Amino acid sequence: MPLIEHPPPLAGGALLATLHNINAKHGYLPEEDLCYAANELGVPLSQLYSAATFYAAFSFKPRGRNTIKVCLGTACYIRGSDKLLEKLEATLGVKEGETTDDLAFSLETVYCLGSCSMSPVIRVDEDTYGRLRADHLPRILKKYGPAAVDA
Amino acid sequence: MKVRTRSDLATLSSSGLSTLYPPGLRISVGMATCGLATGAADVYHVLHDEADRRGLDLMLVATGCIGYCQQEPLVDVYMQGRGHILYSKVTTDIASDMIASLASGELPTEGALAIIPEENSRNSKPLEKLAGLPLLNDLPFYSLQHKIILRNCGLADPVCLEEYVAREGYQALALALLDLKSEEVIDQVLGSGLRGRGGAGFPTGRKWQICHDEQAQPKYIICNGDEGDPGAYMDRTVLESDPYSVIEGITIAGYAIGASQGFIYVRNEYPLAIERTTRAVARAEEIGLLGNNILNSGFDFNISIIRGAGAFVCGEETALISSIEGGLGEPRPRPPFPATSGLWGKPTIINNVKTLATIPVIVSHGSNWYAGIGENGNTGTVVFSLVGKVANTGLVEVPLGLTLNDMLQGIGGGGLNGKSLKAVQTGGPSGGCLPERLFHLQIDYETLTQAGSIMGSGGMVVMDEETCMVDVARYFLGFTMSESCGKCTPCREGTRAMYEILTRIVEGKAIPEDLKLLEEIADWVKTASLCGLGQTAPNPVLSTLRYFRDEYEAHVRDKCCPAGVCRALIQLNILPDLCTGCRLCQRECPVGAISGEKKKPHVIDQELCTHCRSCYDICPEGAVEIARG
Repeated sequence: MPLIEHPPPLAGGALLATLHNINAKHGYLPEEDLCYAANELGVPLSQLYSAATFYAAFSFKPRGRNTIKVCLGTACYIRGSDKLLEKLEATLGVKEGETTDDLAFSLETVYCLGSCSMSPVIRVDEDTYGRLRADHLPRILKKYGPAAVDA
Repeated sequence: MKVRTRSDLATLSSSGLSTLYPPGLRISVGMATCGLATGAADVYHVLHDEADRRGLDLMLVATGCIGYCQQEPLVDVYMQGRGHILYSKVTTDIASDMIASLASGELPTEGALAIIPEENSRNSKPLEKLAGLPLLNDLPFYSLQHKIILRNCGLADPVCLEEYVAREGYQALALALLDLKSEEVIDQVLGSGLRGRGGAGFPTGRKWQICHDEQAQPKYIICNGDEGDPGAYMDRTVLESDPYSVIEGITIAGYAIGASQGFIYVRNEYPLAIERTTRAVARAEEIGLLGNNILNSGFDFNISIIRGAGAFVCGEETALISSIEGGLGEPRPRPPFPATSGLWGKPTIINNVKTLATIPVIVSHGSNWYAGIGENGNTGTVVFSLVGKVANTGLVEVPLGLTLNDMLQGIGGGGLNGKSLKAVQTGGPSGGCLPERLFHLQIDYETLTQAGSIMGSGGMVVMDEETCMVDVARYFLGFTMSESCGKCTPCREGTRAMYEILTRIVEGKAIPEDLKLLEEIADWVKTASLCGLGQTAPNPVLSTLRYFRDEYEAHVRDKCCPAGVCRALIQLNILPDLCTGCRLCQRECPVGAISGEKKKPHVIDQELCTHCRSCYDICPEGAVEIARG
């Protein structure tokens, strides 16, 4: 997959698509790739930087090999997804927004994964899990990184 | 093969019919995100492997969502001449048994939910009925529904163009391109009375007319699939389950306004919707239903798919445009409206996913037919995601004018676990909470607005006696505060100020004057904010203050949360007489605050307890008590 989408003049969606590509390649946005992309797209680096900080999908810090997203959409919230978050924080020993020391998991929250009928819901990487209770979580985590969970 | 004529479409249609209704068996597994979240992929693999093992010849298809999410995973079995039956809550064990039954020539009985009525089958023989099994449309969940937008969802392979065509797909595009002038298409949409299903309810035909009449070139059409309202997933389902309906709709829109470039902007959190829409666009390009000279009509149209990046404000049309242009997703003042000056300053139409999915049906069935559904001024159907504390959760499509009671009691089946309903929230963070005593109200744009909520894009979150309305208002303000783009001060600072007051209230630290201050700030944010997000951000506060003021007062005056939710105002205790020492709560507690010997009453360490209520929710004996105030 090419890193740069649609060379200049800037086509519709090219900037976002490029940031997504860099993010997909590294799991975050390294400075070097951002500089390269700014040059290739013909936009100032500041424009990429401001987009990268504006949108929730991007980060400048390396992320874990697996990303857990706890849904805080309305349906999940009123059906107790805050308890899932608490359980995950306690199990992984990190707070929301942080990554475990062994880089196995990043723990994030998201305002709605659009699986409200299955609330409460979490997503690990591309897999969505619904109708959860806190005691379901250890088994799910084990599928992704047993070491981190046993620790 | 390229599709160039109506007879080419007919060829595609027969090919689609032959897979929709094959000579043998067809098993469809609902594999939209909601199905996948409850194990549909495992069910699919068991069906596949078991059929293989037994040498059973069948067509196995991953479809989208048929809407009854409460019953997922859902599996639909079609056996020519024998039956077409929907099975619910299918586990891997049930799936394995299903294959065993089918291999012996029998329709499985376990998990059978309803008979799916045949629509397009060439097979006219009456189908076998399993004893006592109702028709799908006779289930309370479906009986009040009328499916137009969701017409294909769950009933066809979402990325199979042939099946879409076999279910009347692309008839409307052929009619529009080959037989109608662009003005005539707009007349159809105008006459149908269709209003934008993104929530604002502006007449779609009028918007198209304005853009059509603009002289500037080029023009653009954007499909807004940046469905950011928490508690809503209508657009995700349509894009995952029936992407061609949106692609056909946006193509017709392009023809009507004179645009040859379309964009479908999809939320970053919807990877499956992005994947299926991308595949569908590629297939439509490959077969010539996108690209140059579509159906030999001389009309060219292309679609780019844009993946959002996690910013709620991008659902606002001017912010969305800015995001596509490569800027920040920040709104700008209107007018000028995008229909006259939008993407790169050119005339641009932005329509919601559901609006566009409706277009083909209006064009092929005619405006009068559509206008006959629903109510005068509120014609047609709307899709709601019925979720929260309601017995039947799912995606429902109803004619406008149905009452909230029909929706919540009739379709929704009342409260979860028999609890009584307290309120319903519509319109996401821009909407409001309506109390049970207003459930006789009709669902239409004007009625909901007058009552202090909005129609919105279709989120309908049900709340019961154990939902605290102050906590809900604080939740929404927390959302709008963090999603405010920060461009205008009233929204940026006002949402924060309201959130801080609400936090004081739920923590029992508020003074009576805070309520007045809250109302003042709400009014100020509503009046002075730049875009729709800010202008509507106070709605959750204003509507709960209007209908649930007693709950606010209990928090402020008595330092009591009547619903027993607000953590600072409750304490949890285990009643020793009822506790059986089953240890469920001990395992569930996220902070390890519960201890006790097996089969002996347990106790909660109040120092460690975070009042999350996990123990209360899980205790099968009702032995956990919430002390309020």
